[in-house]
Amino acid sequence: MTKLRVLVAKPGLDGHDRGAKVVARALRDSGVEVIYTGLHQTPEQIVEAAIQEDVDAIGMSCLSGAHMTLFKTVMDILKEKGIDDIVVTCGGIIPDEDVTKLKEMGIAAVFGPGTPLRDIVDFHRKIAGK
Amino acid sequence: MSEEGDIKEIAKSKRDWEGSTLKRSLDALPERRKAFTTTSSAPIDRLYTPDDTPDFDYFKKLGLPGEYPFTRGVHPTLYRSKLWTMRMFSGFGTAEETNARYKYLLEHGETGLSVAFDFPTLYGYDTDHTMARGEFGKCGVAISSLKDMEILFGGIPLDEISTSMTINGPAPVVWAMYIAAAERQGIPSTNIRGTIQNDILKEYIAQKSYIFPPEPSMRLIVDTFEFGSKEVPLWNTVSISGYHIREAGSTAVQELAFTLADGFEYVRAAKERGLDVDDFAPRLSFFFNAHNDLFEEIAKYRAARRIWARELKETFGAKNPRSWWMRFHTQTAGCSLTAQQPENNIVRVAIQAIAAVLGGTQSLHTNSMDEAYAVPSAKAVKIALRTQQIIAHESGVANTIDPLGGSYFVEYLTDRMEEESYEYFDKIEKLGGVIPALKKGFFQKEIARAAYRYQKETDDKERIIVGVNEYVEKKPIEIALVDMDPEGERKHLDRLNRLKKERDQKETERSLDRLRRAAEGEENVMPFILDCVKAHATLGETCGVLREVFGEYTEPIIY
Repeated sequence: MTKLRVLVAKPGLDGHDRGAKVVARALRDSGVEVIYTGLHQTPEQIVEAAIQEDVDAIGMSCLSGAHMTLFKTVMDILKEKGIDDIVVTCGGIIPDEDVTKLKEMGIAAVFGPGTPLRDIVDFHRKIAGK
Repeated sequence: MSEEGDIKEIAKSKRDWEGSTLKRSLDALPERRKAFTTTSSAPIDRLYTPDDTPDFDYFKKLGLPGEYPFTRGVHPTLYRSKLWTMRMFSGFGTAEETNARYKYLLEHGETGLSVAFDFPTLYGYDTDHTMARGEFGKCGVAISSLKDMEILFGGIPLDEISTSMTINGPAPVVWAMYIAAAERQGIPSTNIRGTIQNDILKEYIAQKSYIFPPEPSMRLIVDTFEFGSKEVPLWNTVSISGYHIREAGSTAVQELAFTLADGFEYVRAAKERGLDVDDFAPRLSFFFNAHNDLFEEIAKYRAARRIWARELKETFGAKNPRSWWMRFHTQTAGCSLTAQQPENNIVRVAIQAIAAVLGGTQSLHTNSMDEAYAVPSAKAVKIALRTQQIIAHESGVANTIDPLGGSYFVEYLTDRMEEESYEYFDKIEKLGGVIPALKKGFFQKEIARAAYRYQKETDDKERIIVGVNEYVEKKPIEIALVDMDPEGERKHLDRLNRLKKERDQKETERSLDRLRRAAEGEENVMPFILDCVKAHATLGETCGVLREVFGEYTEPIIY
């Protein structure tokens, strides 16, 4: 089986990268091929990077409160481009009422504050197993 | 603390105790865990006695409050004369909404203002920039022009209250807006008091709201030091910050050491410009985190004061005792708040705030219980402010100075954190100083490693976080979040567009051209920025000129 490839992405201006980096490292340690975009990516850049890097999944992190705009834009661009084989997840400061809306947009999982790293690793193992 | 003979005696009796009383107890009832550690994963022994600080010399290590080396505090009476400033970091939505929040907080007893800006403002963009998508007013107030700044402080007399502004990349521009807004209230720049964070080094290290590369950024900072010492003498031109380093996941020692190293770097840069250290050092201020581990935090503040005083006096040759003072603001640890069972955060914040007060902070922000979700609601922020008032007036901790001074444990921890800081200073120097070290990702790696370890220890239940990995409840969380004006962004953009139409466009452009030439040369840019602001150039336009001249920074990717 080839290694699962995951793009860890920081959309928008938010500089809180502690969570994204911890998750990137946990995934890497679990054998996933991780590509971390670094900060300040536009939704367009994130989709472009996902295509270029031929990833199986995108994990986005946002703690600024702009998640509903930025995550939605990423999902819209993926849809426009007809990409439906990339699993998208997210994390950050996300109120409960937004979680349902994000899932309706097609985001597969929302990893909120306090999520153990093993839950995120297990989720990606399941994708790899498919 | 004790004579040498006494210490030998104590060490001997401790060994005897370990072999007898302690051993019997452990045989009957072992300890709860193999090792006990601080929040920063530093080992802690079961007992501290005078033999843990064998070289203790009262006057060398502590002295008296208001006297070198200031371990016990920079003021001789501390809170007995004046309580710390209760300064709640606030901002959201429009300038009008935030102005109303300031008035609400002042009405309930807040004693200083502190502005939280939204992300576009922090990066020097106007709200209509592409990068601002979805960010308007989300985690702070949007300020795109002098007009917004005037509304933000409408009805608040700026000669009666001090204001702290968390702004870094665009700090000179936002400061100029504040100076101009005060002037329009009829208050000269010599009468305003406050602080701009203006600490770019920790932006590269942790908070990440940098704009320009380090070298021109350092020039801008020295420009503000120079301008401030002449034109705005009551203003703290920098708040050298460990807060964000800690939030990014560092240990307490890393927070302490990296912050002080940044401070030394600013002093060096200003001295290289030819400024006299005693002209600017009294206006340097600091900002630390208050995390959960009470004693570790208290020791950190005490060590910080002692190291700063020594280095300013002995390494940098400052003669004015005011230059040796480390004055600092504290904010309770945002990263310690849990989304689960949010009411528990009230208790965490109270403990952290007590650490800051026992550590001798000059001002304090207490987080609100709902901040793991959004900017705080009015009710939550009032409870956070009340927490400070209860500590100040009911707990008794403000009655005496440095009440933990002389505690074997706290003195030992203070010494250890000081020693470990010097180990970091040596490492940083070997890498060529702070700027080469951050370009190599040294700090970022150290912090990422500590953050990962913290998370692993939490996942493995080596540390218990109530409501997160123990005492977990599955029921849904009911908490009322802040109400924001859904029309806020449109109103803000309307004002921005109107401003651009109504201003004297030629004058705006001329002021921006003059700024460009000054930035390309070597003149102090502050007077030119002030002219741009007064000619109603927007934040984005003014920072845009500086972006063109200085370029933008891209960080090394490290995790």
